Amino acid sequence: MTNRESLRAGFFQECEDLLETMSDSLARVERDATDHDAVNALFRAVHSIKGGAGAFGLDALVTFSHAFENLLDDIRETRVTPRGDIMALLYRAGDRMYDLVESEQNEEDPARWQQDDDEHAALLAAIAAACANSDGGDTGPEEDFVPTPLAIEMPGLPALDVPADGGSADDRAGDDRWRITFRPLKALYALGNDPLPLFRALSEIGPLEVKPDLSALPPLGEMTWDESYLCWEVDLRADCAAEEIREVFEFVADDCVLQIDRGETQSTHSAQENAGPSERAQPATLPEPLLAETSGDAETPAAGRGATGQPAPRQSIRVDLDRVDRLINLVGELVISEAMLSQSLSEGGKFRDPAVEGALGQLKQLASELQERIMAIRAQSVKSLFQRMSRIVREAGHATGKEVRLVTEGEATEVDKTVIERLADPLTHMLRNAIDHGIETPETREAAGKSPQGTVRMTAGHRSGQVIMEITDDGGGIDCDAVLSRAIERGLVPPDANLKTQEIYNLLFEPGFSTAQNVSNLSGRGVGMDVVRSEIQSLGGRVNIDSTLGQGTTVTISLPLTLAVVEGMLVDVAGETLVVPSSALRETMRAEAGMIHRLGPRDLVLSMRGTLIPVFDLGASIGEREMSRDIHGMPVLMVETAAGMMIALTVDRILGQREVVIKGLSENYGLVRGIAAATVLGDGRIALIVDVDQLAQNAGIALEDSNARLTA
Amino acid sequence: MQDTSVLEKTEQREIVSFRVADQDFCIDIGHVREIRGWSETTPLPHTPEYVKGLVNLRGNVIPVIDLAHRLGLGHTDPGERHVIVITVCEERTAGLLVEAVSDIVTVDCAEMKPPPSLTSSAAREVVEGVFVIRESLVRMIDLARVLPSEAEVAE
Repeated sequence: MTNRESLRAGFFQECEDLLETMSDSLARVERDATDHDAVNALFRAVHSIKGGAGAFGLDALVTFSHAFENLLDDIRETRVTPRGDIMALLYRAGDRMYDLVESEQNEEDPARWQQDDDEHAALLAAIAAACANSDGGDTGPEEDFVPTPLAIEMPGLPALDVPADGGSADDRAGDDRWRITFRPLKALYALGNDPLPLFRALSEIGPLEVKPDLSALPPLGEMTWDESYLCWEVDLRADCAAEEIREVFEFVADDCVLQIDRGETQSTHSAQENAGPSERAQPATLPEPLLAETSGDAETPAAGRGATGQPAPRQSIRVDLDRVDRLINLVGELVISEAMLSQSLSEGGKFRDPAVEGALGQLKQLASELQERIMAIRAQSVKSLFQRMSRIVREAGHATGKEVRLVTEGEATEVDKTVIERLADPLTHMLRNAIDHGIETPETREAAGKSPQGTVRMTAGHRSGQVIMEITDDGGGIDCDAVLSRAIERGLVPPDANLKTQEIYNLLFEPGFSTAQNVSNLSGRGVGMDVVRSEIQSLGGRVNIDSTLGQGTTVTISLPLTLAVVEGMLVDVAGETLVVPSSALRETMRAEAGMIHRLGPRDLVLSMRGTLIPVFDLGASIGEREMSRDIHGMPVLMVETAAGMMIALTVDRILGQREVVIKGLSENYGLVRGIAAATVLGDGRIALIVDVDQLAQNAGIALEDSNARLTA
Repeated sequence: MQDTSVLEKTEQREIVSFRVADQDFCIDIGHVREIRGWSETTPLPHTPEYVKGLVNLRGNVIPVIDLAHRLGLGHTDPGERHVIVITVCEERTAGLLVEAVSDIVTVDCAEMKPPPSLTSSAAREVVEGVFVIRESLVRMIDLARVLPSEAEVAE
């Protein structure tokens, strides 16, 4: 059972790759309709999914991929050209493949995809109608399919024949003879079983002779790929109980027709056998490759070899994510131990020994390289994510009646797997926003002198240790006045607010904000950009909007490369070391007398380049001490909260910038206000990593002060 | 681990006893991972006062609870002779700051008596019952209640 489950899991993993190849090839076909390699790759991907689906009895998927395959075959034979409507149909079919695989994987009720489902049936009908010849299309894929396995040599055959020369044993005991008729059903192959091992197991009981019965075998052209046509007659010479023979077939008993008789027909049978060994050898060669083909087709998609012999293009293994994470933890600790070692050695004065120093330097280098390499294991290219997004764009364009083209760049950019998974929702929101609110209708676009087809550009790349993703549309841009009046209407800002453009854009991230004139079912449900921002923030990233009215909007997301390590500024506060994440840090400075202003009984602000920035003592913020009134000469960290607000944090001493390994507090303790996580320093002590946004919130200044600043 | 021991031999139970503020307490040995000497903790802000802070246990960050403080017996001023008992309870690892570990004893579960009602509320909250071992009173601690609950932490 578990074996079957793991095969099944393997099949779905395989499907992921195949679906990716499929999407890839679709895009290539769209670019160049005559790209035969792409069409072939597309065909193979769909075909392999069908093969695997058949093995697991996923009928809806088999039916659909079969229809899809027929259309692809016509394209391959250049009977149909993949342009215009056909291309759109191919994309819809591709999307449906994703849906089907997903629904089968989640073991949803297959009734959902029964043919009486109107939409699904319509799609199938559309695919069938698109085929050049709907009748001939059915056998099309099989034609190419059968010959390939025929080329396989039959290594199993001699083994089967071996008992035949045990003919001398024939006379030994006439009544120790069993006649077994074995007719496997389709399901036997579908479950990945194979008659050959059964016969081998039988041969352990006694010498045997296996003869195939080909009477049910139709001509090649009429064969159905997954049907079982063969039957075997086995002559077993052994003194054993019928039960012993039955045991061999125990695991396949439900999936075959098995008849076991005492060898009454022995005389006629042996006569027949003696009559024509050459005659028998002849037909015996034929079924063997067919057997190999049929069982191979049932097994291989799950096992990772394409049924049509498509070589695996990349060498890779699948590893449980837990194992990688444990490795990452271990390496993190190795790096810490290394730092502890070098610290205690330098304290002990041992560093003067050049041999120790040299070895330690090497250890340090190795440890950090190891860490880097292991982090890279978790990294994945954003390609699969982009592929999913191209579907969102198609669907959103379809739903809004707008013509939209998605251009992607930097698909090979690698990002942490968790980041990729958690980016899907925010990106979906942003793309839908871009299409729903950004791109205009074709008429409006033409009136504005633009091409009727809108373009959404999605790019990814690495820039200064961060992953930068950009979504750019060439739509109408953000109407600042509309945004502002909506924000005033919603009470997000006072009516007399005088905001800078960037601040107006930031309003889009406020919860419950929506500028859509009509609330469509795509976006504008008021759960858009604020959710996007909080999701990106929880990944340690930031979102930024830039727009030019009439020309388009760019949303930029910057993300950390990995979630396990954070770059931070180490500071000393009230005798403790704290880490302020560099992603929030804008600058460091020393508080000069002229900049410090008192506001009310205890609040302080810094005036800097014309703005007033609220000051907090980091020590006081984390409850270690009372806030000092005299901050003159103290180091100040200027940090920007995710909401785009600047705050100044005073500290006792700045120790320096460092990469630290994040150690979560929630597993052993729980969430602590103002603290994002902890880390272990080089000397083994623990330092807390500050959560700047929570600090600002805790201080209860988030909204009032930003407003005060904005209206100032 | 604890479950099977309860199922198989309902009567016997191994406990680790230790001293806190001149009183004897104990926990089931199944909860104890290791016992280590006191080391400086990193204070954790916005937490109950009995949360002494965090220590580094071979790269893992573990909260340490001042057990005396938790039991309402005054806070401990830890020195070199104090020890931290590393415990695991409901998949959470935590350290208990105690004065000294005294003994490992096998006790009869039936001999556990409910805590007398005159105990102070803080202690009664976390003391599950008491044993009399060699004429001294050993208080069994309900570890799950020693750590602040999720709700308390969030607060």
